[in-house]
Amino acid sequence: MFGFSLTKEQKMVKASFAEVVRDIVAPNAHDMDENREIPAEYLEKAWELGACVAAVPGEFGGDGMEYSPMLNAIVLEELAAGDMAFAVAAMLPSVFINPVLEMGTDSQKKKYLPGSCGEKYQSSTAAVCEPRLDFDAMSLAATATKKNGSYILNGAKCFVPKAASAPNILVAAQLDDKPQLFIVKAGTPGLEVGQREKNIGLYALDTYEISLKDCQIPAENRLGGEEGCNYARFIQKGRAAVAALAAGECRASFEQARDYAKKRVQFGEPIAYRQSVAFMIAEMAYEVDCIRLLAWKAASALEVGRDATRDAYLAKIYAGETAMKVCDYGVQVLGGHGYIRDYPQERRYRNSRGVATWEGLATV
Amino acid sequence: MAFLEPPPDLIKVREGMHNVSASMLRPIARKYDEEEHTYPKELDAFRGIQVMGRPKKKKDGEKKDKPKDPNKIGQNLGTIVTVEEMCWGDCGLMLSIPNAGLGNAAIAAVATDEQLERFGKKWAAMAITEAESGSDAGSISTTADLDGDSWVLNGEKIFVTCADRCDCVVVWATVDKEAGKAGIKSFVVEKGTPGFTLDHLEHKLGIRASDTGTFVLNNCRIPKENILGSPEVKQTTEGFKGVMKTFDNTRPMVAAMSLGVARASLDLTREKLEQAGEKLDYSKNPNNCSARQKDYYMAEATLEAMRLLTWRAAWMADNGDFNNLEASMSKAKAGRGGTLITQKCSEILGPLGLTTKELSEKWMRDSKILDIFEGTGQIQHLIIARNVLKLSRSQLQ
Repeated sequence: MFGFSLTKEQKMVKASFAEVVRDIVAPNAHDMDENREIPAEYLEKAWELGACVAAVPGEFGGDGMEYSPMLNAIVLEELAAGDMAFAVAAMLPSVFINPVLEMGTDSQKKKYLPGSCGEKYQSSTAAVCEPRLDFDAMSLAATATKKNGSYILNGAKCFVPKAASAPNILVAAQLDDKPQLFIVKAGTPGLEVGQREKNIGLYALDTYEISLKDCQIPAENRLGGEEGCNYARFIQKGRAAVAALAAGECRASFEQARDYAKKRVQFGEPIAYRQSVAFMIAEMAYEVDCIRLLAWKAASALEVGRDATRDAYLAKIYAGETAMKVCDYGVQVLGGHGYIRDYPQERRYRNSRGVATWEGLATV
Repeated sequence: MAFLEPPPDLIKVREGMHNVSASMLRPIARKYDEEEHTYPKELDAFRGIQVMGRPKKKKDGEKKDKPKDPNKIGQNLGTIVTVEEMCWGDCGLMLSIPNAGLGNAAIAAVATDEQLERFGKKWAAMAITEAESGSDAGSISTTADLDGDSWVLNGEKIFVTCADRCDCVVVWATVDKEAGKAGIKSFVVEKGTPGFTLDHLEHKLGIRASDTGTFVLNNCRIPKENILGSPEVKQTTEGFKGVMKTFDNTRPMVAAMSLGVARASLDLTREKLEQAGEKLDYSKNPNNCSARQKDYYMAEATLEAMRLLTWRAAWMADNGDFNNLEASMSKAKAGRGGTLITQKCSEILGPLGLTTKELSEKWMRDSKILDIFEGTGQIQHLIIARNVLKLSRSQLQ
């Protein structure tokens, strides 16, 4: 039913993730960023809440609940309000689980889902982005060619989260001019996971370049089998997801700027008393809401199975541009302190740059 | 629940109103832009339709008009969708629809049954602004003095929408200058009342189909019963706040006007892009598109964001939730956003955005007012900032 307020269930889920954020993510976000590592036990805490396996049927190790992109969007925002790198890592298992669940053949579900829905956090991943100026998620340079009952994959990918530890990588490649997804098992000859990347943001999340050189996989590893998969929907989910992440990141930036402006006294009064600062905060407030509502709109379309091409696209481009603006304001309101790494605003500024670029993070 | 897939009822209202707008307003949009101040007689077709309905009075504690059927939408959201569609046709004409003035909204909100009987079917304009009192409506200097069974009004009111066409005007005046805002009351003044004259009509940048005028009140005597609300001057500003609260309903309406004008601009731009062989597909990396396509996509995303903020404010009103912050957010974002979108579309359209053969240049002029009236963008930002920072008027001026 149409509406803007959370249901009891949505509130409950949000609150349980907010608790993890309050107790674990927010207090450790700075250290995770500096150490470039998310301690495994933190990820277990988020994993225990079960968001990634909620929609997986009981027979495959999940909870058999209704699949809800809206609920996932709420979770992503909540986690990203604590730390965006943590949010991506915690929800990353969905990037493999959801497409297999939604688009996989029966045998693919049977083969891959139980292993992805275990007691412990262990994430497979997806490889979509490519290291080139004109990268386009709907028109890939990586290729798949069918040959003697197998597919041969070639190409280079980047921003592949947790590629070094992922049991399986969902690789996006062009098959006869049509992008499709292929399940590549770790250790497959021809798959090479490169050095860990050093990016402007998300220091705590380990991402990798990977290369595929005549990487041969069995034909049954094409997601959806002979029929293939709805790749566009996969991309739409990723676009809605990054918008939801941006909403969280921006919300945190807004909240800190708001609180700081009330405490910071200059010329004898809090800087919040000045319109030049107060108006920036006002703008941040409604832009956060804009990003969130656009993410929700796309997630709602995905939830009812309507074509979400336009909604997801608009959500992502809006979030991409606006997240940079909001997190920029977030630094600016804190002045010099915003520029210092002891405050989270500088991390948010760096992290927000990824929103416009990142594709394939299909976690809603 | 948080779920934003538009319900079937909303789509039905939208489609119905779109047809009305496309067939009755759009075809005469240019004509009445050029014939500024001429009453668009075609709008007589709308006479008799009660646009400003009176919300059903509910007992205390009872939730307001919450739609029970999940396919239905509330009255505020329905109005928002209607206003967007009408303004897609033409904003100036929408503002000129008989009996749908802001004064009608004020009467519908606070009139007694007796007053509703007298004024409910009349076209009522609203007169608040004065030469020296714009955003600071609390500082108005028009006076109303009780003299026997009459109020005697004196002052000058500017920027009154539908000034020439209306039957009566809801005039804001102070009954006690010393009391400040608490002394401000509103009065219904009927056309033809001695001492009540329409001085002149303004020539404007846009919404030229809508007549905007200045009234002079010179010892204008009206019946004692023409005051809206209580004549008592309380020591609090509750009454004034109550009047300002109507803005929580009308600001999302102005935001919705902006949605309509901005969408009109975008629709024309898309049509021309497609005629030029540029197909929009909403999937390509925007950096691989032409500059104008990228601009178009971003403008459309902004429109979508504006719309969601506006729908939220209206939806909250339908649920009886206090929406002061959200109403201002929708107006702040949509007012400015619409101005920028219509400018951008005119720019993308190149020579087609300059010529009066197309409506794009007109929409750029029309939309500018939507960041000004019913509270300027700056006032909206003040309200939002005070809300989120929890600051008082004296702390954040």
